[in-house]
Amino acid sequence: MSKHTLSVLVENTPGILARIAALFSRRGFNIDSLAVGVTEHPDISRITIVVNVEDLPLEQVTKQLNKLVNVLKIVELEPGSAVQRELVLVKVRADNDTRSQIVEIVQLFRAKTVDVSPDAVTIEATGGSDKLEAMLKMLEPFGIKELVQSGTIAIGRGGRSITDRSLRALDRSA
Amino acid sequence: MPMTEQATGAHHPQPRPRSGGQSAPEHVTGAQSLIRSLEEVGADTVFGIPGGTILPAYDPMMDSRRVRHVLVRHEQGAGHAATGYAQATGKVGVCMATSGPGATNLVTPIADANMDSVPLVAITGQVVSQSIGTDAFQEADIVGITMPITKHSFLVTKAEDIPKVIAQAFHIASTGRPGPVLVDIPKDILQAKTVFQWPPVTDLPGYRPVTKPHAKQIREAAKLITQARRPVLYVGGGVLKAKATAELKVLAELTGAPVTTTLMALGAFPDSHPLHVGMPGMHGSVTAVTALQKADLIVALGARFDDRVTGRLDSFAPHAKVVHADIDPAEIGKNRTADVPIVGDAREVIADLVLAVQKEHADGHVGDYGAWWKDLSRWRETYPLGYDQPQDGSLSPQQVIERIGQLAPEGTVFTAGVGQHQMWAAHFIAYDKPATWLNSGGAGTMGYAVPAAMGAKAGVPDRTVWAIDGDGCFQMTNQELTTCALNNIPIKVAVINNGALGMVRQWQTLFYNQRYSNTVLHSGPNDVNPDARGTRVPDFVKLAEAMGCHAIRCEDPADLDKVIEEANSINDRPVVVDFIVHQDAMVWPMVAAGTSNDEIMAARDVRPDFGDNEDD
Repeated sequence: MSKHTLSVLVENTPGILARIAALFSRRGFNIDSLAVGVTEHPDISRITIVVNVEDLPLEQVTKQLNKLVNVLKIVELEPGSAVQRELVLVKVRADNDTRSQIVEIVQLFRAKTVDVSPDAVTIEATGGSDKLEAMLKMLEPFGIKELVQSGTIAIGRGGRSITDRSLRALDRSA
Repeated sequence: MPMTEQATGAHHPQPRPRSGGQSAPEHVTGAQSLIRSLEEVGADTVFGIPGGTILPAYDPMMDSRRVRHVLVRHEQGAGHAATGYAQATGKVGVCMATSGPGATNLVTPIADANMDSVPLVAITGQVVSQSIGTDAFQEADIVGITMPITKHSFLVTKAEDIPKVIAQAFHIASTGRPGPVLVDIPKDILQAKTVFQWPPVTDLPGYRPVTKPHAKQIREAAKLITQARRPVLYVGGGVLKAKATAELKVLAELTGAPVTTTLMALGAFPDSHPLHVGMPGMHGSVTAVTALQKADLIVALGARFDDRVTGRLDSFAPHAKVVHADIDPAEIGKNRTADVPIVGDAREVIADLVLAVQKEHADGHVGDYGAWWKDLSRWRETYPLGYDQPQDGSLSPQQVIERIGQLAPEGTVFTAGVGQHQMWAAHFIAYDKPATWLNSGGAGTMGYAVPAAMGAKAGVPDRTVWAIDGDGCFQMTNQELTTCALNNIPIKVAVINNGALGMVRQWQTLFYNQRYSNTVLHSGPNDVNPDARGTRVPDFVKLAEAMGCHAIRCEDPADLDKVIEEANSINDRPVVVDFIVHQDAMVWPMVAAGTSNDEIMAARDVRPDFGDNEDD
């Protein structure tokens, strides 16, 4: 099994997320993470899906995704040629003794302190999953009160854009 | 470039959306817009039942001269009728139902159409927009419920979208790999005022099926065909859907390769043709099953390596290279790896293959299948399809079906339910033309035969339509005979009545020590009556007569031809024949579920001898 990151460009229509999520579960695939958002084009949304599968089932699920009428394009982003980021917000137990140690860890990981209270520090961090994992490991001994994490989003390196052709297709229909 | 890219689109642009040339705007209601759209898209027959939320659509329906509505007795019947209509005519079938239970009753036929790739548009009423999500009376999230079993679905949110949605629904249902499309319309949208113009401006940027095969793959396939020594053309329902039967005949005769047609493809290649080796699969002919097992090349055309064809996948056709042509890229490599994958419409694929094979021939490369045909012919002679006559003088179900086939007028369309009678109808009726055999292959929906026959007869009224049904299936959907009687749809139904759920009973005989748990239909839980002729509850003759049919019972082999001829001679109302048949007849050959196709049994305890078993 290996991790794959799929960028799925979809028409911005109601129910499309349900169609995609249902397809994954129906074909027996577990989604590691999923992130949805707008793109530079108002009619196109971009869904970034991270799945843990073998190559052959991945090909099958990609083909099945392609059959969804509202799916415009699917691109697999290879880790070596793409920038992948997650966002994490974490509330760590802190008091006068530990606060400065926590802030030091925050600085080491180039994260940000976004809220401080007498008994806690809330930290915002972005990065690849390795970096975030390492940071959380360092923070764990202080006591993690609450943690929220976004799905991975990813974009290919270099000047090429994966939305170009899909935009042209949509413009034609407009 | 490590960035792998898979565009959904083909390199073939869709027809340009039309912006000019529209009809003059008509001020109408959403409901009128729906009926006008159905008229324009060429839907001449709709099967359905009205109810609260779809009611607005039924008012303009009454005035339409181009759309005939057939009022069925259960929505499941509407759905199967629409798929029967679609397969007999090659057009899109249409069914209509109200929200809630009306819509959920369509779920089975929609799933059935999805499995068998039948073009179907199901139109459902929905509760008014403001009530959606409030658990309103007769509310069901039918778009959500049918999401995994439709090719696509729409929830209409604006009345002005109706023409566009209907045009897109018919386009999606009928192109590429055909399938069911659901259109759910809230009542307030049907009642809203709108403007109707045709044709609507429409484009589906994410939907561009590839139809034209890749030339290099075609050349590669032709090369393999001429190099092979033991090739088989494995033909599936896609060949019928693509109307590629003429091309297939040319290809088969050009190559001289044996042809096997799946349950979904019966009629795609004449059963009577010398190159035809029968149906593959769990109840396929020994020759077809063995041909695939021993092949060195399988050319799959519009087929999907279904488990009922392959048996245990890891031991299926171990020596064969595979050329797999299908219009659905997701089918290629799904179950069996393809050495030469070809995405395209079967008709274009086969036509291109013919040219490529001709070129190979011209270059002096002609396949030599002489030794292969020697084997095939020996198997065909040694293990033909056959059956034993019952010793007790009762009717043999196989003979009944065989005689119906032989006495049927030219061009008769046959439908079947699911079970033993379905397999016998596949075995003992000769199909020489496309669209003459309709059945529920993928989903295996019991009760398919009667409503599908109704739809087929409505679509091709000049042809005889025989439903070959079992007594179990018949009791699931026979209410549509009332619809047939009242709407001048004179189908013929042969109830192959063995008083049991025959196929399940066969498995109980073979794998459950003859413990017949809940498969005897004519007895209650305390009934120990061993009489094979049963209690006659229900009496199918009386039942059929009550529904306005001509009904006959046949239990003596001596009456068989006379009864069939009587049924064939009546065309002013539906005919039901209750054939009381021997209950212990079994379907052979058989590959037991989950075993290898090498383990095929020609008959009970008869394992074919292929002369290759070194221990013998």
